[in-house]
Amino acid sequence: MLKFVLKRLLQAIPVLLILMTLTFVFMRAVPGGPFDSEKQAPEEVIAALNARYNFDKPMHVQYYFFMRDLVTGDFINWPSFKYSNQTVLSMIAPQLPRTVELAIYSMIYALLIGITAGVIAALKKNTYLDYGPMSLAMVGVCVPSVLMGPLLALVFGVWLEVLPVAGWDSWAHKILPTITLGSAIAAYVARLSRGGMLEVLNQDYIRTARAKGVPENKVILRHSLKGGLLPVVNYTAPAMAGLLGGSFVTETIFRVPGIGRFYVESVFNRDYTVIAGITVLFAFFYIGSNLIADVVTVLMNPRLKFGAKT
Amino acid sequence: MMKRNVNRMLSALLIISGLTFFSCTKSNPDGDKKVYHAGNGAEPASIDPHIATGVPEHHIMVALFEGLSSPEPKTLAPSPGAAERWDISDDLKTYTFYLRKDGKWSDGTPVTAQDFVFSWMRSLAPGLSEYAYMLYPVKNAEEFNLGKLKDFSKVGIQAKDDHTLVVTLKAATPYFLTLLHHYSTWPVPKATIEKYGDWNDRNNTWTQPGKIVSNGPFKLKAHELNKKLVVERNPNYWNASIVKLDEIHFYPTTDLSSEEREFRTGKLHFTYEIPAHKVQKLVEENPEETRITPYLGTYFYRFNVTKKPMNDVRVRKALALTVDRESLVKNVTRANQVPAYSFVPPDTAGYTSENRLDGNIDDAKKLLAEAGYPEGKGFPKVDILFNTHDLHKDVAVAIQQMWKKNLGIDVGLNNQEWKVYLDTEKKLNYNVSRAGWIGDYNDPNTFLDMFTSYSGNNRTGWKNKEYDALIGKASITGDQKERYSILQQAEKMLIDNMIVLPLYTYTVKHMVSKKLTGYHDNILDTHMYQYMDLKE
Repeated sequence: MLKFVLKRLLQAIPVLLILMTLTFVFMRAVPGGPFDSEKQAPEEVIAALNARYNFDKPMHVQYYFFMRDLVTGDFINWPSFKYSNQTVLSMIAPQLPRTVELAIYSMIYALLIGITAGVIAALKKNTYLDYGPMSLAMVGVCVPSVLMGPLLALVFGVWLEVLPVAGWDSWAHKILPTITLGSAIAAYVARLSRGGMLEVLNQDYIRTARAKGVPENKVILRHSLKGGLLPVVNYTAPAMAGLLGGSFVTETIFRVPGIGRFYVESVFNRDYTVIAGITVLFAFFYIGSNLIADVVTVLMNPRLKFGAKT
Repeated sequence: MMKRNVNRMLSALLIISGLTFFSCTKSNPDGDKKVYHAGNGAEPASIDPHIATGVPEHHIMVALFEGLSSPEPKTLAPSPGAAERWDISDDLKTYTFYLRKDGKWSDGTPVTAQDFVFSWMRSLAPGLSEYAYMLYPVKNAEEFNLGKLKDFSKVGIQAKDDHTLVVTLKAATPYFLTLLHHYSTWPVPKATIEKYGDWNDRNNTWTQPGKIVSNGPFKLKAHELNKKLVVERNPNYWNASIVKLDEIHFYPTTDLSSEEREFRTGKLHFTYEIPAHKVQKLVEENPEETRITPYLGTYFYRFNVTKKPMNDVRVRKALALTVDRESLVKNVTRANQVPAYSFVPPDTAGYTSENRLDGNIDDAKKLLAEAGYPEGKGFPKVDILFNTHDLHKDVAVAIQQMWKKNLGIDVGLNNQEWKVYLDTEKKLNYNVSRAGWIGDYNDPNTFLDMFTSYSGNNRTGWKNKEYDALIGKASITGDQKERYSILQQAEKMLIDNMIVLPLYTYTVKHMVSKKLTGYHDNILDTHMYQYMDLKE
């Protein structure tokens, strides 16, 4: 298993280097720079600003500086162009945990709701307990968070006045963003677990278990769930990465001080250092969560082995 | 073995999530404190007066700093600030400021004339402030900022003693005192700045909580990036006795609808904006707290006069005459904006434009025919460029229809992301481009000097020596009446040549809680917190 993990980590290095090179190229290919504004300062002032941050150097030199700092880890001390008294690290450090926190809540919510609904639907196939949750899941997948968020805020915040409409202070502030961000995932998880369970329940070994007189709850909990939820586990890793990188809308609607909002804004601001810093970070997350998912999949599926050719 | 691993992993996950869940703290109510909660649009990029450039930053810095003169809250007239009085020489070129003896920084040290000399040197440091040009009326300031002059002692600002500051101007500048209301001219603490980095380093960290020292009615208490910024009453402020608010909390509210919901649930006393589609409804439902007032800004279209067909003044005039501004503000923008026929907003420091383009749709058709496009036939393919925003799109679509209906020409729409749009406009790669301009100070000059041939804000390709000469002449004319009449001539050139197509004067849109007193609407949307109070 250690060998498998090490191999995967080594494979990640060229992926990261290519990703960063692409980030550099795309960032610089897009028109406009960090110091372009509607009220244009005199050219001499802009030139001095560009010199201050080495933008006056040839592209290959800038690329060298960029990659050098990334490899040595110095990039975390890069200053932000937009937020003058901040560095990449000082911006990410307080905000990332909140995005991670929100992503974890959303994932737990999604798994709880999704798996429960999916399993029930699979067991009560073609009854109202199947059609009901599955139709709801269809709606959940379809309603975007831009609509879901304001709707929830309006109902629970403004009309019923039971939950705050925005902010990130107490546990109450975290409910609506969690539901907004997690619902689409929950819906997808429900469909996946329903499908997975249906497939497993038709397998021979389940029939054998039942024939041997194993109680139904044991058949489901011990024998079916493990196999039935494999698609969900495979989906969880990219979904988690998606939750981290895709929380922009939810964070904006509920004024969650997380990194998702900053990531998108840093692109609008052409805040090159911050874009690069967060991209590296998300790349690590993505690679890391995929690795964890692969490990868990192998652990859960006796037919797979580490290092085996697939 | 395998099952144990999974179990372990699951329980670890549960514990971690459990811990994070219960570690969240309960929010503290404001208690007995008078806390003003304000929506503030965006996360402030900086609260360093020499680096900041935006409106959200301005809202915060007004609380933290004070310039030599401070605007009177209703009229914005220059009134004593860090300086208790000033003398102006007869030729209007020398200003002697007498700093108040009891003026202190928030750490208790005195605010001195030397502080201002240092601050202006910093503001003018090459490559630091994007707003350094605000101080260009000062003798040799421009030369120093552009790196042509290295010796700052030659710049027209001198400390005669600790409390006397002498400022020498290049030319009489009647609006000089109002420039002092702009943050780029405000004092910054030398000792603190030098403690945390180089005096002219943009990334100096002196503005962080725990480090920053300021001289305004409030001081920085806390700043959680992207969450909120808190200022509290500064006991060392010279006029601390009139300050009634204990704290102000500024929230970065990028989602306007969400901000409005927060106002409705009583979480905010002030909204940075009102979503355009809600204005009419709120005016009807809650007129008392919905404030829609004129703003010192113009929404307009630039014409690129270097490209066909906009290089023909007849085409530009024909396009201008067929835009129905009344209908535009009534049906599209719908927030009491005032249709604009001239570039400078009406009653800008007493200046109201006498210029407008006369004519009707028939005249416009005739002009277009003269230009070689009868009934719009043969009119080249042109686009209206605008940055991504619903309102800009709606306006562009409306104008597209007006031109089609009245002139028979088809124009396309070109929607670009903000920085791309700025780049396109700067490179003159457009035909017609949406723009807005908010005055930096209350004087027509802030609108008219942008179309001089040497201004980076011109971006129309129009270069006219006569216009440059008029703006230059106005800037050295001391007599206000005479100066305004020169500016009228300049603006007439702008309108007669139809370099820009003014559409409407902006309005300021805020929800303001009825509990808040001492808040006054004004055209610069500047609100002085030291006069505000919260009533139950």
